[in-house]
Amino acid sequence: MFIEIKKLTKTYNNYRAVNNISFEIEKNKTVGLLGPNGCGKTTTIGMMLGLVSPSAGEILIENKEIKYFKRDEILKRFNFASPYVELPKKLTVKQNLEIYGRLYGIKNLEERINDISRDLDIKSFFERKTGELSSGQKNRVSLAKSLINKPEILLLDEPTASLDPDIGDFIRSYIQEYKLKNKVTILLASHNMSEVERLCDSVIMMRKGKIIDKGTCKQLIDNHGRNNLEETFLKLARSKDEF
Amino acid sequence: MNFNKIYALGLRHLYLIMNSFPRVLDLIYWPTVQIFLWGFISKFFTLNSEYYNNTVGIILTAAILYDFLFRASISFNMMFLEEIWSRNFTNLFIAPIKIREIIAALTLTAIIRTLIGLIPAVLIAIPLFGVSVLNLGIPLIFLLISLYLFGVTLGLLVTSGLLRYGPSFENIAWASLFFLAPLGCIYYPIEILPVALQFLAKALPLVHIFEEMRSILIYNTVDYFNIFKSISISLVYFIFGVIIFYISYFGAKKRGTLINMGE
Repeated sequence: MFIEIKKLTKTYNNYRAVNNISFEIEKNKTVGLLGPNGCGKTTTIGMMLGLVSPSAGEILIENKEIKYFKRDEILKRFNFASPYVELPKKLTVKQNLEIYGRLYGIKNLEERINDISRDLDIKSFFERKTGELSSGQKNRVSLAKSLINKPEILLLDEPTASLDPDIGDFIRSYIQEYKLKNKVTILLASHNMSEVERLCDSVIMMRKGKIIDKGTCKQLIDNHGRNNLEETFLKLARSKDEF
Repeated sequence: MNFNKIYALGLRHLYLIMNSFPRVLDLIYWPTVQIFLWGFISKFFTLNSEYYNNTVGIILTAAILYDFLFRASISFNMMFLEEIWSRNFTNLFIAPIKIREIIAALTLTAIIRTLIGLIPAVLIAIPLFGVSVLNLGIPLIFLLISLYLFGVTLGLLVTSGLLRYGPSFENIAWASLFFLAPLGCIYYPIEILPVALQFLAKALPLVHIFEEMRSILIYNTVDYFNIFKSISISLVYFIFGVIIFYISYFGAKKRGTLINMGE
């Protein structure tokens, strides 16, 4: 298995943000991480990125525990995009991509920046400061930064949050196309159910730090006797059951 | 150490300065104001006190060296704060850059910020007050190294606080140097301090640096042992600062503050 999460737990003082979760991600698959706000999605992503140290459990990449990799060795295989994490606002789009390209040690950086900028249609505002861009433009730049190193593992935290339907669709289409052309394993945290249905091979549902169900979108919908993923999500999120 | 990554991080801060003329102005403004202020104060003392004969040179040189320390520390803090203010913190800490490379990049880039601010002020002092820090000669290089190491150490300690307590620690960043200044004996000899505080002061490199500066300017003698002592003390503090930074970093990972760091 490419990524294995085993009995992962994170406790802050007495609060258990992530509670003994286990899941696996196959290579080049896209897995959706769903759950209401505060259910532990971001903490899980944070642990995978090495920003948060787990209280217990293991994260394995190709059977090797992540803590035994050298920090720079493992992080160059990852990248991450979230609308809640921004790039330096006073730097131009081009400068930001150049700096992150250098930090990720990209060879032929100029060419890589050109390719990714063309694909994500950000060339027209290349010389503008990142802080002056619209939300949609910022999201595309953030996505460009997250793909600059052609990551093996891409973590996306609500990549289309607060975007208008047109830009949201552009981003989703781009991710879909990128997946087909490149070998990438994606963990996608999202509240947009149609996005998850469109992009993900399987889904993990979380609530109160625990995994409450997992499977393909169809399996989850069928298991819970609902018509679509949104209804399934609402049923699980509002359920009083302790899982 | 990967110097390309250190360069990349340095470039991020150089672009920031180059993209904004007000930032350059801000860097130059405060040191220049300091030079004017201390230049006129010391000129007044020279004209009105026998004791302060030749004080323009001594006080102004002390002001310039102190400002060098202050700018080095603030530059280090500011570059770290920029990452928090721009909400870029997470991106930086998930990039494949080692923690020691981040420290190295901030340390090396801080010198550029410091010099951008200080060189114009130093040049202004020559025609305006007839004072040049270059009068200190070769020892000036070693005094600056010692000051720089200590300034960066203070920066490291403040950024460790930022990692530990988050942006609310920002005010301490501004106050940190003023706290140590009285013990640094920048403008007066160590004998002015109460005996108990003299012990504390001697544990700081500043006393040795500024005592040496006065010794060179007043008696024209250089005690390289004293200079070496100040560098050694600064180096010990620097290593201590690096250790504290690492402890804070691992503490922040444990508390999960790296993922939420922002304004």
